Amino acid sequence: MINQRSLFFNVDWILILIYLCLCVIGWFNIHAAVYDPLYPGIMDMNTNYGKQLIFIISAVILGAIILLLDSKFFSTFSPVFYGITLLLLIAVLIVGRNVGGNQAWIPIGSFRLQPSEFAKFSTCLLLAHYISSTNLKMHEFKMIGTCVLILLIPTSLIMLQPDTGSALTFTALIFALYREGLSGYVLVIGTILIALFILALVINKFILIGIIICVTILVVMLSRESRKYIQPIAVSVVVSIAFIFCVNFAYQNILQSHQRNRIDVILGKLDDPRGQGYNLNQSKIAIGSGGLWGKGYLQGTQTKYDFVPEQSTDFIFCTVGEEWGFAGSLVVIALYLTMLLRIVNIAERQRSSFSRIYGYGVASILFFHFFINIGMTIGLVPVIGIPLPFLSYGGSSLWSFTILLFILLKLDSNRMGVI
Amino acid sequence: MNSLFQRKYVVQGIFIVIALILLSRLFYIQVIDKSYFLSANNNVIRKVTIYPARGVIYDRKGRILVQNEPVYDLMVVPREVKPFDTLEFIKLINLDKKGFYQRFNKARSYSPYRASVFEKQLSAHTFASFQEKLTKFPGFYVQKRSVRRYPDTIASQFFGYINEVVESDIKRSGGYYKAGDYIGRTGVEKSYEELLRGQRGVENQMVDAFNRPKGHFADGAYDTLAVTGKKLISSLDRDLQRLGEKLMHNKIGSIVAIEPSTGEILAFVSSPGYDPNLMVGRDKGNNYMKLLRNPHKPLFIRPTMAEYPPGSIFKVVNALVAQQMGKINAETRFYCPGAYYYGRRGKMGCTHMHGSTSLIESIQYSCNTYYGYIYNRMVDHSGMRSVNGYRKWHDAVTRFGIGSKLGVDLPNERKGILPTAEFYTKHFKSDKWTSGYNISLSIGQGEIGMTPLQMANVVATVANRGFYYTPHLIRGIGEDHVVKPEYTKKNSAGVDARYYDPVIEGMSRAVNAPGGTAYPIAQVPGFEACGKTGTVQNPHGENHSVFFAFAPRNNPKIAVAVMVENAGYGATWSAPIASLIMEQYLTDTIKRPKYYTERLYNANLLPGAKPKPRPVQRPKVDSLPKVELKPVEQITPTLTTTND
Repeated sequence: MINQRSLFFNVDWILILIYLCLCVIGWFNIHAAVYDPLYPGIMDMNTNYGKQLIFIISAVILGAIILLLDSKFFSTFSPVFYGITLLLLIAVLIVGRNVGGNQAWIPIGSFRLQPSEFAKFSTCLLLAHYISSTNLKMHEFKMIGTCVLILLIPTSLIMLQPDTGSALTFTALIFALYREGLSGYVLVIGTILIALFILALVINKFILIGIIICVTILVVMLSRESRKYIQPIAVSVVVSIAFIFCVNFAYQNILQSHQRNRIDVILGKLDDPRGQGYNLNQSKIAIGSGGLWGKGYLQGTQTKYDFVPEQSTDFIFCTVGEEWGFAGSLVVIALYLTMLLRIVNIAERQRSSFSRIYGYGVASILFFHFFINIGMTIGLVPVIGIPLPFLSYGGSSLWSFTILLFILLKLDSNRMGVI
Repeated sequence: MNSLFQRKYVVQGIFIVIALILLSRLFYIQVIDKSYFLSANNNVIRKVTIYPARGVIYDRKGRILVQNEPVYDLMVVPREVKPFDTLEFIKLINLDKKGFYQRFNKARSYSPYRASVFEKQLSAHTFASFQEKLTKFPGFYVQKRSVRRYPDTIASQFFGYINEVVESDIKRSGGYYKAGDYIGRTGVEKSYEELLRGQRGVENQMVDAFNRPKGHFADGAYDTLAVTGKKLISSLDRDLQRLGEKLMHNKIGSIVAIEPSTGEILAFVSSPGYDPNLMVGRDKGNNYMKLLRNPHKPLFIRPTMAEYPPGSIFKVVNALVAQQMGKINAETRFYCPGAYYYGRRGKMGCTHMHGSTSLIESIQYSCNTYYGYIYNRMVDHSGMRSVNGYRKWHDAVTRFGIGSKLGVDLPNERKGILPTAEFYTKHFKSDKWTSGYNISLSIGQGEIGMTPLQMANVVATVANRGFYYTPHLIRGIGEDHVVKPEYTKKNSAGVDARYYDPVIEGMSRAVNAPGGTAYPIAQVPGFEACGKTGTVQNPHGENHSVFFAFAPRNNPKIAVAVMVENAGYGATWSAPIASLIMEQYLTDTIKRPKYYTERLYNANLLPGAKPKPRPVQRPKVDSLPKVELKPVEQITPTLTTTND
C-alpha cells in the first residue's frame, strides 16, 4: 500500500496536467476541423472526434498501466522493444498498407498501426540504455558510431516507406547526445550547414563563395587571435565551398520533386498558391484570419469548409489559429514550452543516467514535432508531414507520445530508487 | 551532478528561442498582417447575383403582351451523380447514348463539384415527365429560369428583343452588366431597359473548398433581394394591333394610330413583322440571321425609321401654314387648268382640270395646282426675298414635328427630311432661287421625308385643331402608372384653331363626299372620318400608297396614318386599311362586306424583287418639277357635304 501511495505521490502532476490539457484541446479542435452537421455531438462515435475521445481514454489507461509497471522493466527490456520495433518496421514494408504514397500502416482489424510512431520511444530507450551502460566517453569514435547506428537503423527503415518526416525526427536526439558530452561544435556546425544550404539555394553560389572568402580574410586580418587557428579556418572554408557545390547537386538529384517544391515554396522561389503552395497558403490564410481572439469555436470558415487539407492531423494547428486566434496559439505554445522545460528539469533531477538520457530524448522528440509542425503551418519550415504531439488526430501517434511521456513519468516517480 | 549539467541551459534556451520565433511569426500573420483575413473571405464567400424577372408589358386594356415564361434547365453536379438507369434517363430527355456521355464528360471537365447545364430549356412536357422521376437520378436537378414569351405573336418591332451583352455594353454601363447578362437590344426592351431589368439581388453564399454551397454568410444579413422589373403599360390596343398586322400581311409598310387627346400610340405596325418568340430560346441566333437576310427587312422598324416623301397628305400642312401666314383664307380660289405653270417653262401637272378651286375642294380633290399657287405665295410673296420666305415656311412646317425627332420612346427614331434654305442656296450656288426651284415641296414630293409616325402625328395635330402630344408607346410605368412628364406636355403646331376648319371640312369631303379622293372606300360606317390620300412617287418602282385620317370629326378618338410601299394610289390600299383600323377602334368590331375585308387581307403587294431601302431621294433638284398622279376619279362639281 505504501508503495502504491508513494507511486502516485511521486508522479509529476504538472506534466500530467499539461498532457491532459493538450489532449482535450486537440479533441475540441479535431471536432471543429472535421465537424459534420449530421453528427453534431462531440461524442458521436461515427466521427473522428468520437474516435479521438476513445483514443484519449485508451491513452490515459495505457499511461496508468505504464505507471503501474516496474521501472526496471523499461531499462531491461529496451533492446527487446527496439528489436520488436525493427521487426514491425520491416513488416510494414511487406504487409503494410500504402496510404498517400507512404507504406506506413499495418492494418489490424479496422485499425491501422503505425510502427514508425513506436520507433520513437523504443529508439530513445535503447539509446539511453546503451549510453548509460557503457563506460565509453562521448568523444570516442566507438561510442559515437554505436549511437549513430542505433539511430540509423530505424531511420533507414522509415526512409524506405518513405516517410521522410518521421525519419527526420531522430536527428532531434542530437540534443540528448549533446547533453551527454557530444561536442558543442556539432550543434554549431549543424546550424552552419543548414544556413549554408539555405543560402546556397537562395544566392548564386559564386557570390556566396565570394562572400565567405571575403569574410574569412577580414576576420583573419582584423583579429590577431584568429591567426593561431589559421589551419582549421582554412579547412572549414574549403569544406564550406565544397558543401556549397554539393548542395545544388544534392538538391537536384537526391531530393524528390515534391520535397524540392516544398522548399522552393518556403524560400519564395516558387509562387504557386493553387498547386504546390496550396497547403501552405491555405494554412496561413486559416491561421492569419484568426486575428487576436479568433473566430470562435466552430466558427472558423476555413476550418469548417475544408480549405486546409489534412486539417485534423498534420494541420490541426490551423484550427487553433483560426478559431482561437493569437491568444489560443499563445496558450498552446506556452503549454508546449512549459512541458519541454519541465521535462528537461525532470531529466536533470534523475539519479540514473538512463532516466536522464531518456528524458532528454523525450524532450528532443517532442520539441522536434512541436517546432516542425507549427513552423510548417505558418511557413517557417517546409511542409513535413509529422503530427503535432497530443493534438493531432490519430491513435498511433497519441499512444506513442503517451508511452514516450509516461515512461519518463514512471522513471521519474521512481527516481529515488536505484535502477 | 557533472560538468555537463550546464548544457541544460543551452537546450532550454534553444527551446525558448524557437518558441519565441514561432510566437512572433504568429503575431505577425494573425495580428499585424490583415491580408489573410481578406483572403479567408475570398475563399469562402461567393457573391451570387440573383436575377430579377424582367418587367411584364401590358396593352392599354391590361392584357399581357410580354411575360416571362419559366423554362427548365436540366443541371448536373457530376460529383453527386450515382449509378442510375441511363437508358431510362436518355429516353426521358430524348438523347442518344453518345450525346449523354458527351454532355456528361463536358460537365465533369468543367467542374465535378459545380452545377453545369446538362440540357437547356426542357419543354414543359419533358419537364413534367422528368420531374416525377428526378429522385432516381441523384446529382441531377432542374433549375427554373425565365425567358421572354409573347402570348400574341404581334408587335415584334415595338417590343424589340433582348440578347446577351457584348463588351461595348459592359463598358458603356460602367461595369453594371457582366458577361452573360441580357440587355434590351431594340424596341421598348431597349428604351425602357433600366426600368424593365429590375434590380439585381446579391446573395453572399458560403462555399467550401470544393465550391459546394454551404448556406448564407451571416445568415443572409448582407444579402439583398432582387426586385422585379417595373411593369409597363403600353398604349397599344392588342386587338387593333392584331388587325393592323393582319391587314398588312404580305405588304410592306406601316400603320401608326394615335389617340389625339393623349399622343398614345394605339397601333404600331411595321410590315413585314415577325413572331417575337423567334428571338427567344435556342434557335435565336439562326432566326436572327434569317430575319437579317430577309429582303423585306423585317427588323427595320418602318414607322420610326423609314422616311418617305409624304405626297399629297402634305397639302394639309401647306393649307394650314398658308392660312396662318395670311396668304390665303377659306374663300381663296385658284383656277386649275390641269397644271401649275411657273417661271418661264415650269409646269407641275395636276390630275384633272379642276377649274376654279376653293381651299376645301383643293383638299377634297387633291388639286396640285392650288398648292403650287399657295406655295408660290408663301415663298415668293412674303414681303421679303424668296430665301427668307422659304425660311419662314420651313419654320412653320417644322412646328408640325417634321424634320426633327418627335421623341417617341423607341430607340433609333429618324428625324425625317426638311431641307433648310441654306441647303438650296448651296445647291443652286446662289441665294436667288424662288419657289419654282423646289415647287414639288408644295405637294409633299422631292427633298422632303417623313416617317409614318410623323405623318400620324400631323393628322393627330389636325384632329386636335392645333396641338399634339409627343407620341409614345408606354402610357404607364409600374404599379402607379407613372407617365413620363415629357409625354403630358402640349405642343402647339403654331397654327390657330380656326384655320383647321376648312381643312377638316376638305378632309371630311375627301372621305365622305362623292368626288372625294377616298370616297367611298375610306368611309367609316356611323362616324364622320376625315382623311387625305397621298400617292408618293417612287422612282424605284410602284408608287407608295399613303392615307391619313382621323375620326370622328368632332372629339376625335383616333388618328391614323397608313403607308403601303409599292401599292399605287393612296385610295386603293391605304385608305381602306385606315378605315378598318378606325372602325375597329371606335366600335370594337368590323362590320364590312366580306369582299371589302377579304380583298385587303389577301392582297399580296410584295414586290417581286428586293426593293431598295427607299426613303427620300436626296437633292436631285434639277429633275423638278415632279408630277403627282392622282387617282382616276370623276370630278363631281357639286360640293355637298355628307352628314353623318
